[in-house]
Amino acid sequence: MHASANMTERAALSKAPRAFLHRLRSGDEIAHIITLMFAALVVGITALLVYQLWIQSVLSRQKFGWIFFVTHVWDPLAGQFGALPFLYGTLVTSAIALILAVPLGLGTAIFLSEFSTPRASDIFAFLVDLLAAVPSVIFGLLGIFVMVPWLRTTVEPALQSTLGFLPLFQGPMYGVGFLAAGLILAVMVVPFIVSVSREVLIAVPREQREAALALGATRWEAIWKAVVPFAKTGIIGSVFLALARALGETMAVTMVIGNDPRISASLFAPGYSIAAVIANEFTEATGNLYLSALVELGLVLFMLTFVLNGLARLLVLTTRQRGAGHQ
Amino acid sequence: MSLRECRRKFVNAFMFALTAFSALATVSVLFVILGYLVYHGGKNINWSFLTKLPTPVGEPGGGMANAIVGSAKLLFLALLVGVPVGVSTGIYLAEFGGKTMGFFIRYTTDLLNGVPSIVIGIFAYTVIVLPMRHFSTLAGSFALGVMMIPITVRSTEQFLRAVPNPLREGAMALGASKWRTILTVVVPAAGSGIISGVMLALARVAGETAPLLFTAFSNRYWSSGWNDPVASLPVMIYTYAIGPYADWHEQAWAAGLVLLALVFVVNVGTRLVLARKVSVSR
Amino acid sequence: MSSVSPMRSVNGMDSADKQSNQAARSPQKFSLPPDRAAYPGQTLRFKISELRVSFGAKEVLHGFDIDISSNIVTAVIGPSGCGKSTFLRSLNRMTETVRHARVHGDILLDDENIAGMDVVRLRRRVGMVFQRPNPFPKSIFENVAYGLRINGHKDSLSEAVERSLRRAALWEEVKDQLHSSAYALSGGQQQRLCIARALAVDPEVLLLDEPCSALDPVTTAKIEELLFQLKASCTIVIVTHNMQQAARASDFTAFLLEGRLIEYQPTPKLFTTPSDPRTEAYITGRFG
Repeated sequence: MHASANMTERAALSKAPRAFLHRLRSGDEIAHIITLMFAALVVGITALLVYQLWIQSVLSRQKFGWIFFVTHVWDPLAGQFGALPFLYGTLVTSAIALILAVPLGLGTAIFLSEFSTPRASDIFAFLVDLLAAVPSVIFGLLGIFVMVPWLRTTVEPALQSTLGFLPLFQGPMYGVGFLAAGLILAVMVVPFIVSVSREVLIAVPREQREAALALGATRWEAIWKAVVPFAKTGIIGSVFLALARALGETMAVTMVIGNDPRISASLFAPGYSIAAVIANEFTEATGNLYLSALVELGLVLFMLTFVLNGLARLLVLTTRQRGAGHQ
Repeated sequence: MSLRECRRKFVNAFMFALTAFSALATVSVLFVILGYLVYHGGKNINWSFLTKLPTPVGEPGGGMANAIVGSAKLLFLALLVGVPVGVSTGIYLAEFGGKTMGFFIRYTTDLLNGVPSIVIGIFAYTVIVLPMRHFSTLAGSFALGVMMIPITVRSTEQFLRAVPNPLREGAMALGASKWRTILTVVVPAAGSGIISGVMLALARVAGETAPLLFTAFSNRYWSSGWNDPVASLPVMIYTYAIGPYADWHEQAWAAGLVLLALVFVVNVGTRLVLARKVSVSR
Repeated sequence: MSSVSPMRSVNGMDSADKQSNQAARSPQKFSLPPDRAAYPGQTLRFKISELRVSFGAKEVLHGFDIDISSNIVTAVIGPSGCGKSTFLRSLNRMTETVRHARVHGDILLDDENIAGMDVVRLRRRVGMVFQRPNPFPKSIFENVAYGLRINGHKDSLSEAVERSLRRAALWEEVKDQLHSSAYALSGGQQQRLCIARALAVDPEVLLLDEPCSALDPVTTAKIEELLFQLKASCTIVIVTHNMQQAARASDFTAFLLEGRLIEYQPTPKLFTTPSDPRTEAYITGRFG
């Protein structure tokens, strides 16, 4: 009986109208309704956001249709708007970011959850959280003044002399460009991969580790063959979260990508991203069609992050429940 | 020891070293950032930076007093938008929300949390700047306030749920109605947690640049009232960093240091408060 | 206040049980114990009939009658899961704070059905102390004053607080630190603070739900002593899984098993010559 009494979910119940009137008098219903109104306001704001993106992009959507996404001419003067260079830039930089950030983030998460002492793990996790709190404009600041010169004088020449046979690493080296944007995004999304992955790894039941160790596996084999597979969906979820962040990241990318709407095979070449073009051109967008095209880019960004965040949440949730079910 | 076992041992040691290196590399980024900002920013931060207006282009000296005050104004108004909505919604979710409604609102909140900041900027532009026909503090604060909402909702709900149920029962057994219980017992018990959550949300939006670019815009002078464009630290850092003048770059570093110090102090401070709270309740 | 009704005859089986093959467990229903004449001067406080409580599809109390007299300590004992806490919580309608809880049957407090009462007023008259001390994260003073404040009292709070703390035998220990946090007190002090908090609004009935289960023996003795003093001014119902405590501190004892009232007797009688074999089995430690 204690079980049932302590199960105590809150909120009174009885739906009879008399009880309702009574609770209205005692203020409970009023408080309920007031807080519900604020909650509804959050829903309303979100709905209004979607509505505005949809309505304000109507000109561009009607004029260009799906062509918008496959043409690469962006000429405001001629009224020609094609989103391809921005889509390309966003995808390429995000891909670079993930290629660099996933191994680094996963390695960090494994070290923190499996190898380090709990105390050190907590301190590291705190520092990683601090890294996540650094404003993106500060990343951009360091990007311009520290990273870009370093890329131009050191990294890019080295890449060209060793891997120059690949089209990715050919052409003039500016410093700014896809590589710079990708690298800075990598640094920015690592904290997200670390904190979520660390959490799902810690949630893996002890028995999973112990079972593998008892079979004579080394520590690393137990991690790689038992723990990581168990947490796999959660880790993938963290990568999706990171990808969503990378796609929408604006300032740091704007400051180092070069802002040139061209599609180039070389990672050294300057490019452009969806978020960057909105940041740069929104205030100077003259004419409704121009503005509408920029809003449509915003709509695209919204859709992408919406889908990715949804998937990520689903994946992280299922892993956590699986871990909880085993305990 | 067989060759195979040797190899397994080696892989084990090697991967350990590799993950340790990853962790060090990740954390060292933080110290690189700190180091550069303290070095370059510290060199250029001075009294006139904190108290003077920007000088006309090309003229040396001057400061970012207007941006510091502008950021404070933006954050203050954002607080007025974000906190009532965020905390109330958090209370609804923790204390009243049913299963379906709770799920729906929580889902929407998460959705809003994932919206890129630049898109929030477009939103604020379309609902405030377009009808008013000019950039304003109001529009910038609205954008920042909207960004604060989901963070506040989530932390408020979390800390309210951590309040032990016997406290609610204790108050109700004394004849307190539910709203009274929430207001006089539950919310005060979660108080420091809720405030910490709000502070973290504030620190997060304090560094946002993208949503301000076409809402609050910028201003090289003092902005009076809430209806004018206003300068803010993040936007100033951006404009000065991509500008062509060396003295702008120096000021961008100084502004970066001020901004980062603000963000870190809030983060470390709330972390300490929460850690102490947790140890007390244990 | 009504005078005490004559003892109820033992009811027959109710229809549900007639069908069941648990004939051995047919519910003998006791209301007031037979020799209540040994306790003159009491009046009837709670008159409870056909009390059924269910949480969702699960029925926890299966319908029984029981009367509770004023100015004595009534103990409710029984093994875990027998429904004793639920019984207690239905007396001040705290069951309503649990989702899907349904209460059937009549609970009359001084001849008035509590289902129709204003719940705030009811809980003011019927105070409650919980299993674990649950002081609010406020000062000692504010904890005791809480009930007064929500009932709109503003004047002479300090006298009321002092009076309640004295009644709970805590005043001497805390009088110099009234404005420090209640969390600074020891577990036993916190529990007595919770009793003081409940007493501050001057309840007619005090319900205690295993108030000593988290406390050490010395503190437990203090609280039992306290109950003895309080019963002069208050009706006390205490739920306990500690039979020694029931035997020491109560005047009447009710034994609940699987949601049914098995036996209800003056405490000495129940513990020495129980009339039901299941009661005997329980108090001699054969189950539960």
